[in-house]
Amino acid sequence: MSQVKPISFKSRKTKDKTAFILICLFSFLAMVPLFFIIWDVVAKGYKNFNLRLFTEVTPSSVDALMARMNGDPIPGGILNGITGSVLIVGLAILISVPLGLFIGIYLSDNRGKKFAKVISYLTDLLQGMPSIVIGIIAYAWVVKPLGGYSALAGSVALSIMMLPMIVRSTEETLKMLPASYKEAGLALGSSYTNVVFKILLPSGFGGIFTGILLAISRVMGETAPLMLTALGASVVNWKITEPTSAIPLLIWDFYNDPNLVDLIWSSSLLLLIVIFLLNWIAKIVARKWKI
Amino acid sequence: MENIKITHSKNAILQLKDVSVSYTPEKFAVKKVSTDIYPNTITAIMGPSGCGKSTLIRAINRMHDLYAHITTTGEILLKGRNVLEMDPMEVRRMAGMVFQQPNPFPTMSIYENVLAGYSLNGIRLNRSEKDEIVEQSLMSVALWDEVKDVMSKRGSFLSGGQQQRLCIARTLALKPEVLLMDEPTSALDPISTNKIEELLLELKQKFTIIIVTHNMSQAARISDNSMFMYLGELVEHGNTAQMFTKPQHKRTEEYLTGVFG
Amino acid sequence: MKDKIFRFLLFVAALLILLLSAAIVYALVSRSGETFREYGIWGFITSAEWDPRSATEEYGALSFILGTLYTAFFALLLCVPFSLAVALFNGEYFKGKKIAGVVRSVVDLLAGIPSIVYGLWGFYTVRPLVIALDVNAQGFGIFLSSVVLAIMIIPYASSLSGEFLSMVPNNLKEGAYSLGATRIEVVQHISLPTAASGIVASYILALGRALGETMAVTMLIGNTNRIPGGLRGTGNTMASVIANQFGEADGLKLSALITIGLLLFIITAVINLIAKLVMKKLSHA
Repeated sequence: MSQVKPISFKSRKTKDKTAFILICLFSFLAMVPLFFIIWDVVAKGYKNFNLRLFTEVTPSSVDALMARMNGDPIPGGILNGITGSVLIVGLAILISVPLGLFIGIYLSDNRGKKFAKVISYLTDLLQGMPSIVIGIIAYAWVVKPLGGYSALAGSVALSIMMLPMIVRSTEETLKMLPASYKEAGLALGSSYTNVVFKILLPSGFGGIFTGILLAISRVMGETAPLMLTALGASVVNWKITEPTSAIPLLIWDFYNDPNLVDLIWSSSLLLLIVIFLLNWIAKIVARKWKI
Repeated sequence: MENIKITHSKNAILQLKDVSVSYTPEKFAVKKVSTDIYPNTITAIMGPSGCGKSTLIRAINRMHDLYAHITTTGEILLKGRNVLEMDPMEVRRMAGMVFQQPNPFPTMSIYENVLAGYSLNGIRLNRSEKDEIVEQSLMSVALWDEVKDVMSKRGSFLSGGQQQRLCIARTLALKPEVLLMDEPTSALDPISTNKIEELLLELKQKFTIIIVTHNMSQAARISDNSMFMYLGELVEHGNTAQMFTKPQHKRTEEYLTGVFG
Repeated sequence: MKDKIFRFLLFVAALLILLLSAAIVYALVSRSGETFREYGIWGFITSAEWDPRSATEEYGALSFILGTLYTAFFALLLCVPFSLAVALFNGEYFKGKKIAGVVRSVVDLLAGIPSIVYGLWGFYTVRPLVIALDVNAQGFGIFLSSVVLAIMIIPYASSLSGEFLSMVPNNLKEGAYSLGATRIEVVQHISLPTAASGIVASYILALGRALGETMAVTMLIGNTNRIPGGLRGTGNTMASVIANQFGEADGLKLSALITIGLLLFIITAVINLIAKLVMKKLSHA
């Protein structure tokens, strides 16, 4: 009996050590792709990452071909994509933020009610919708009636994507505020409206703003829904009823055109910088405005 | 429990007549409470947990309006007007409330916190009016000297006791008739508690104070009159000194001698 | 009164979610009508025909349903060792330590990379590896898509599981340690079982994410319209066929694609519902 114990104890210890090593190893391996991707994008993208990227519109395929045959760098940049992203995402923000705030306020104040539970469930449902299906919806609701692709359609699609995220972060943030803020405000004779706008929303600013930033960074990189709605354009466009480009759309266009393929990395680099910047700012805001 | 017969005095500033508060048609948190509160007195409401004392005090400033399933019946006459029939916002300006957990609004400075009652109600004041109200309110809670140089800062760096005095100042700034206090010192240390009790004794010269407390010695120390509640009913009420030395009901005596609660 | 108006506006906003959801379902179902009338619901789902040529038009969703399931489930399988390791790293072994925060942040960044960038990376960097591994000649296909997809869903699977693991009460673990258990034994017999519902729910959610993923898969799966021939084969997922062929589609083809969108919507909605029910069981346990 006493002979068996030391051996099995040793093997248990070995198993324990092995498990620990494997866990650390696999965790490390899980992080590796990130560095590979960033390295790839930076190394291949910095060459074309210059002022032209921001100031010129995309070159035509022919011009690019000529340049390559002459050994020149590809002319042009992605200005139309940058302005397009600003337009489409900007409009999406205008649509989804006020709506998301109101719905989040409603959900945080009507917790037990059956209607609120239904809305909450549906919000989760919307959050889980694949982006391509949202693209189909925006196609059906905006592209078809307007008779063509447009920035507006793209914004509608992106705002449907942003809405559940903003609702959730607003609701969760407000729920975490001490109930006594609302009560103290009301006890001073204030109207509910004033309590919400002058006390609750300012107090929850950190969490709410972080949620909005994260929603923006999420949709900035979306391609699929825009393929079905905004389509793209080779010129700078500020009219919401016209087809418009966006940075991810341009990357897709470049990918599919052998003459323009060199531009994909600098565009991706810009996209990654914007997204990571937004995430970083969101982290700072969350830390600074901790409830 | 025997029905307590009281004759409502015309001098009372606040009269409760058969006030009941229920969460469901069967569950009553407060059962037919009747009493008078006199001006410039401190009335303590005591009782074990769950006796309904907080529920009662919140009925006075219509806080139950926030919750759809709570019904309040009876009459609550504040200076002759039934609070339950008035506009709740007006009621709350006449009856201010201080809560257990000090809660200065985190995004406002000390200065703005004191004036919160005005800004939230959309009342516009010019600079000198504002300064006067802030100074008066902070002086009446003995906080003026401590914060007059840091009024533009947020209130979060103040100690618990100072924060609570700030909340009292904020309530007093609206010049209410009655001050409702829901266990205002439970979350504070003994020294701060002491300071606030002294403050209340001073404030009663200008205001009428109702204080819910689970601390009997606090009630004994500062209140003129006391109400003892048990399971939603008002068991006994009257002059504090008398109640403590010669309680008229067995329950009261049991509570005061620490048999329960 | 101001409050009445404000509260009404809040209610209307909330109602909008209800209307939006209903309108989405209606939009998808009504435009699928043409497809269902042509093939019947069951017929469409079980047919692997996909021929857009106008003379011999035939549509069926089976190839894409299978393509979606193959890639998503294989990706889930591949991601388990990595995401579980990260979850254990953050929620158990290094819980509360600075390094856990670092790992969490890095893995979160993985979630921030747009799908199209994953596609590019998959095409230029991973595809040559797949070809070298002799999986298939061109590199495109189920295997390549699943590998990249697996990396994409690691953050989703690991962050929620990590949270649930960190919520396992200390006194439970201490009870096991005091009986002489090793760390991995405590993990095996106490931590994982206690956090089980949460972990399962997070993998179900990760699956939902994988099912709906579009761009990376579109760029890597090979874009063929038949049932994939196993892991070495190429194919299309429901999302990628829509992305690839929605362009100039109209008539029956458009309806067929929208019907595929409807099916995708239903599948992801059901998956999310299952995840919710699993998590509800957790709060009652």
